[in-house]
Amino acid sequence: MKPRPSTGRKLTDLFVKGLSIAASLLGIFVLGWILFEVGARGFAALNWDFFTQLPTPPGVEGGGLSSAIVGTLIITALATVIGVPIGMMAGVYLAEVGKGTRLASAVRFTVNVMMGIPSIIIGLFIYTIMVLPFGHFSGLAGAVALAIIMLPVVARTADDMLNLVPNELRESALALGLPRWRVTFAVVFRSAKSGLVTGVLLAVARVSGETAPLLFTSLNSVYWPTSLSEPMSNLTVTIFNYAMSPYPDWQQAAWGASLLIMAAVLFVNIISRGMFKERKK
Amino acid sequence: MNPIKISTRGLTFFYGEQQVLFGNDLDIAQGKVTAIIGPSGCGKSTHIRVYNRIYELYRDQKAGGQVLIDGVNILADGEDLIELRRRVGMIFQKPTPFPMTVYDNVAYGLKMHYKLSRSEMRDRVEEALKQAALWDEVKDELSRPGMALSGGQQQRLCIARAIAVEPEVLLMDEPTSAIDPVATARIEELIESFKGRYTVAIVTHNMQQAARISDYTAFFFEGKIVEFSSTEKIFTNPNEKKTEDYITGRFG
Amino acid sequence: MTAIRKKNSGTSRSDLVYRVVAVGAAALVLILMAGLMLELIVNSGPSILKFGVGFLGSTSWNPVTEEFGALSSIFGTLVSTVIAMIIAVPLSLLIALFLVELAPPAISRPVGYAIELLAAVPSIIFGMWGLFVFAPFMADHVQPALKNTLGFLPLFDGPPMGIGMLTSGIILALMVLPFITAVMRDVFRMVPPVVKEASYGMGSTTWEVTRKVTVKYGFSGLLGAVFLGLGRAVGETMAVTFVIGNNHNVSSSLFAAGNSIASTLANEFTEASEPMYLSSLVELGLVLFVMTLLIQIAAQLWIRRVAKKAGGGL
Repeated sequence: MKPRPSTGRKLTDLFVKGLSIAASLLGIFVLGWILFEVGARGFAALNWDFFTQLPTPPGVEGGGLSSAIVGTLIITALATVIGVPIGMMAGVYLAEVGKGTRLASAVRFTVNVMMGIPSIIIGLFIYTIMVLPFGHFSGLAGAVALAIIMLPVVARTADDMLNLVPNELRESALALGLPRWRVTFAVVFRSAKSGLVTGVLLAVARVSGETAPLLFTSLNSVYWPTSLSEPMSNLTVTIFNYAMSPYPDWQQAAWGASLLIMAAVLFVNIISRGMFKERKK
Repeated sequence: MNPIKISTRGLTFFYGEQQVLFGNDLDIAQGKVTAIIGPSGCGKSTHIRVYNRIYELYRDQKAGGQVLIDGVNILADGEDLIELRRRVGMIFQKPTPFPMTVYDNVAYGLKMHYKLSRSEMRDRVEEALKQAALWDEVKDELSRPGMALSGGQQQRLCIARAIAVEPEVLLMDEPTSAIDPVATARIEELIESFKGRYTVAIVTHNMQQAARISDYTAFFFEGKIVEFSSTEKIFTNPNEKKTEDYITGRFG
Repeated sequence: MTAIRKKNSGTSRSDLVYRVVAVGAAALVLILMAGLMLELIVNSGPSILKFGVGFLGSTSWNPVTEEFGALSSIFGTLVSTVIAMIIAVPLSLLIALFLVELAPPAISRPVGYAIELLAAVPSIIFGMWGLFVFAPFMADHVQPALKNTLGFLPLFDGPPMGIGMLTSGIILALMVLPFITAVMRDVFRMVPPVVKEASYGMGSTTWEVTRKVTVKYGFSGLLGAVFLGLGRAVGETMAVTFVIGNNHNVSSSLFAAGNSIASTLANEFTEASEPMYLSSLVELGLVLFVMTLLIQIAAQLWIRRVAKKAGGGL
């Protein structure tokens, strides 16, 4: 029997390889396109006033987003303070305290499901328990919403990272007579440090760019943030409001805010990934 | 000696910077079984992996020298790898059934390399399974997944898959090291039955196996061919002290 | 003696605190999840009681007469998600193929890194880029071209406005692409080299190895990747809100403005002052939650199956 010529098969193969290269180039191109547009348009909006002044009504010269920058920092910091310890302890439960129990597998399943819940649903939930009963939006509600988004991410990272720590380490620390809690925090955490820090940083980076969960919780404000129980100015909701407005100067400010957010998020991403790789070596 | 099917000249091989074959010459006789033995890490597997250029999947692996199959250097640039690999089949240490049915496993190469009608395809699959002495065991289970077969059956399935496309050469890289003795015996019988029809080059760390089934044996040591001769001579009256030490189990 | 006992009891007390705190944090996860479901259901109550199952099938959305239905939002969510998956799944497969099978490490690593960075770009940035850069590009170049070639299909009928269902779907595709790619890349890497060698050894081309062996080998994992992307696309909010047009409208044209559940929530929630309006919006949220939950559970069950299979020595 004579084999059939393989020219057609080779052409198909070449064609798919070409498509595969093109798809990869497309991915890089889109990233580059977004970075370029946000960089160029955002940079044009940045000046000293942008960082130091309060927002002005449309058409009024000057003005900036200082309140929104501070508000975003406050909300993100507060979310981190709430979300990271709880997430860590949940991770400790999964990997150390409750390892192998049925509760642990139920919690692990729930953590995974929670990671997939759209952030706007979390916002809706916090609205029903922290805004509706009190009758007003608040920065605290925004921070709690972001904390709940961080929680499963941190818990999952802690679970994964602590599970990488070899059991011999725990056993030898316990053999020295250390109590469990010290074994976890002084020995296991130290050995998993770089992975944990990376996970926390990535979680912080992720929520600092979140908008949807803040829409019905912290809302936005044109004032300097003074109280956690009032609506709090923040960058991402400001971007949304300004971008949807018909005013060119507001739209430009939205680009400036976009650049800040994107630069911060990508910076933290690059730093933390680099760090993890470094330590892994 | 029989006509030469594969003639290796000055074969060198590198994993990155590390050289593992040092200018080896080896002739593989047409229609015979040639065994390649030697301690682990001696380069015997590497040697046959050059014959179908499968090593090229890995960027850091490089071969030099010449491998002439029917007088044509297959290491040359223009060589058609698809056709080369149809002509030179390979069986691996671990059985490698593909994630599909028994039937589709055997038809895998046929569908690629030939244009066949359904009934022709069925006949060829049956023929290959018969040649691999597997037909009687699987003829009622052709639509089961190949991975559901036993280890020995899986390996014979892989042999059926390889011979279905009518190769000229079969490369076997320790084909029985992962399966039990009974299944091993069946595969050895199979290899015996291939004599005259296929040119077989088999790498094995099992010297009894080499002695039982091969016509010629090459003894590799540290990337070089220490001795190559008829199997009978290698196992009864080797020229080299090193060969004798190895086959009498003094090292390796 | 007493000192030692004291120390021991101190240790066991501190260990008890440690355990209680850990169990508490874990329990909080379950409580939050239960609370979230409960709140969504309770606050949807008025709307559920008033509209019943008809809520899901009604296209009316009238805050004045307080007649609400979810159909246009559900329709928009499904259509934009389907467009996103149609684009993102093959692209991700091709990129994963490039990263694992084609590119040398010196190229594969930075390309993989760039794709990962794309995953880190916040949704609102995609929204800004989508509204001000990509939508005009669609209106000026892509949509007229589609109209001229495929305009006879109702899908590509209507004025090329840039914003609308198609643009939302494409942007969603770009957003979920990195997540799907990452999982597919891992799946491709999980296929044992010897199986690929066996396939190449039969004289297969790279594409034949991928299509006939690798994809079949990792099918469950690849499906898991698709579920992951699906879950993300369904609930994606800001980028879609920027470009979908926000119109309670069911149109056969992909150029038309529409809405999705998430975009309706983002746009209207803070304006909703009447209890029935608010309740209907929460019920929309409940519908979205149930959709993502089903996708999540399906995905997790698949992934568990894959893990089991891998553990059983594939």
